[in-house]
Amino acid sequence: MDKRIRVLVAKPGLDGHDRGAKVVARALRDAGFEVVYTGLRQTPEQIAEAAMQEDVNVVAMSILSGAHPHLFPKVVDLVRGKGMKDCLIIGGGVIPEGDIPALKAAGIAEVFTPGTPTGKIVEFIKTNVK
Amino acid sequence: MEDIAQELLNGSRLALSRAITAIENEYDNATAIMKKLYPHTGHAYVLGITGPPGAGKSTLTDKLAKEYRKQGKTVGIVAIDPTSPFSGGAILGDRIRMNSLTLDEGVFIRSMGTRGSLGGLSHKTADAVKAMDAFGMDVIFVETVGVGQSEVDIVKAADTTMVVLIPGMGDDIQAIKAGILEIGDIFAINKADHDGADKLVTELNMMLDLDGVMKEWRPPIIKAVANQNIGVTELVETFKKHHDHIVSSGQLTQRRTERTKNEMLDLLSSNIGSYITRNIVDTGKIDKMVEDIKAHKIDPYTVVSEILQNMLK
Ligand code: B12
Ligand SMILES: Nc1nc2c(ncn2[C@@H]2O[C@H](COP(=O)(O)OP(=O)(O)OP(=O)(O)O)[C@@H](O)[C@H]2O)c(=O)[nH]1
Ligand SMILES: [Mg+2]
Repeated sequence: MDKRIRVLVAKPGLDGHDRGAKVVARALRDAGFEVVYTGLRQTPEQIAEAAMQEDVNVVAMSILSGAHPHLFPKVVDLVRGKGMKDCLIIGGGVIPEGDIPALKAAGIAEVFTPGTPTGKIVEFIKTNVK
Repeated sequence: MEDIAQELLNGSRLALSRAITAIENEYDNATAIMKKLYPHTGHAYVLGITGPPGAGKSTLTDKLAKEYRKQGKTVGIVAIDPTSPFSGGAILGDRIRMNSLTLDEGVFIRSMGTRGSLGGLSHKTADAVKAMDAFGMDVIFVETVGVGQSEVDIVKAADTTMVVLIPGMGDDIQAIKAGILEIGDIFAINKADHDGADKLVTELNMMLDLDGVMKEWRPPIIKAVANQNIGVTELVETFKKHHDHIVSSGQLTQRRTERTKNEMLDLLSSNIGSYITRNIVDTGKIDKMVEDIKAHKIDPYTVVSEILQNMLK
């Protein structure tokens, strides 16, 4: 057996801030994960389809523009709709505290805001991935 | 999912994806899946795309795939990127150049890390290609990692191999001659919008003149600008010519026979390897053997032939 945790790091929507996504992608690689990075400006449909084709264990989205209330839940629905029942879906970026409960209720397992040490993200994935 | 192989054959894209995971991670059901898929393989035309890092392999693959889609062909893409030998992790970034193919139902893209394999592919690339073949893809691209000179496993996996080179590496061309230049059925000189493309074509031609006298197929050299879609139709026509050539000359059969043989031998030695690990190493039997050999109670040659005899029982 040669199982490795596979993660799709994606930037949904028109938000052009990609530093955080790249920092997270590199940290996950250094933790031994296989990270598929799809770059900027992905639609929720593209993210869900890529997640399915790559059979990732985790979909990790980054948004700093404020579009998370709409985009994050949309991706959750589409990913589940592809039959990816066990896929862990997390998000990060500039996200107000007050928005987090609704995102979690919509199926985002955890939200990581600015200043989060990357080690915490790695730990969360290792503990919660199926 | 009950029967991944059957669902794949029924056309489930999720099953194709799960099958590749099972193969890549060597899950218990991987062999059963491959057994069931094998009879359905052998129809796809497998195109290898190789060349140095950043040459434009992914961008070209994206454009070539679109050209085949216009012809109504379905396309599979296996894209390999290097696994870090330190962390075991990888950033698989080829897909970033192919995002506009993602929602095309006639295309399936899978990224793989090399996971310790040194030849420019991963150990499981060939089986991932077979899964896509059984799924019914007409054309399957295999993009290697960015190669230096010795990563030439792609020739064993592909029917036609295209080497992508770029201007500005002219002085290095002698250095890479020994490796990837010998495996090209077709050369694409990409980034022909940069200075030096014609010089590179000339140099390459001179090198082909030197070693190509007896060859029945002289590798064509095609200039391209991948991100502007220049040279792409010509490349697809050249693939067709090469395909026709290897069919009519019997080379395709020969290449595939050779591939089948190599794959069988690989499978055999990897199964022997895991038998040894399971029965001799993991059980701790090896420690006693080593003790006895060290104490000169027995010699290593006898030990090994006994192991092999037991295995074949
Ligand atoms: C750098 C920056 C830029 C750079 C971006 C460079 C780049 N390529 O990324 C530039 C100058 C281009 C820029 C432009 C703009 N920016 Co700006 N920018 C910032 C700034 C100062 C820092 C962002 C950053 O890179 N941080 C460093 C990285 C490492 O941190 P991070 O992204 O937060 O990531 C961490 C965590 O959030 C988390 N994380 C993030 N993503 C993910 C994903 C997953 C899966 C996980 C697990 C974790 C995770 O982990 C990371 C490590 O801890 C922020 C302010 C701020 N303090 O956040 C504003 C900010 C994001 N920008 C803002 C704005 C408004 C803009 C512009 C619209 C400005 C304008 N009017 O032109 C443009 C839009 C650009 C575009 N096309 O989208 C606003 C957004 C407001 C909002 N959300 O309501 C902010 C918040 C500033 C502000 N306070 O107003 N920006
Ligand atoms: N100017 C120019 N840039 C190009 C051309 N083709 C590709 N590029 C750019 O070159 C960069 C690398 O392209 P890729 O397609 O990722 O190259 P690659 O060979 O797949 O790279 P690796 O997989 O990392 O080895 C990208 O920024 C492309 O946009 C071209 O013909 N001309
Ligand atoms: Mg590439």
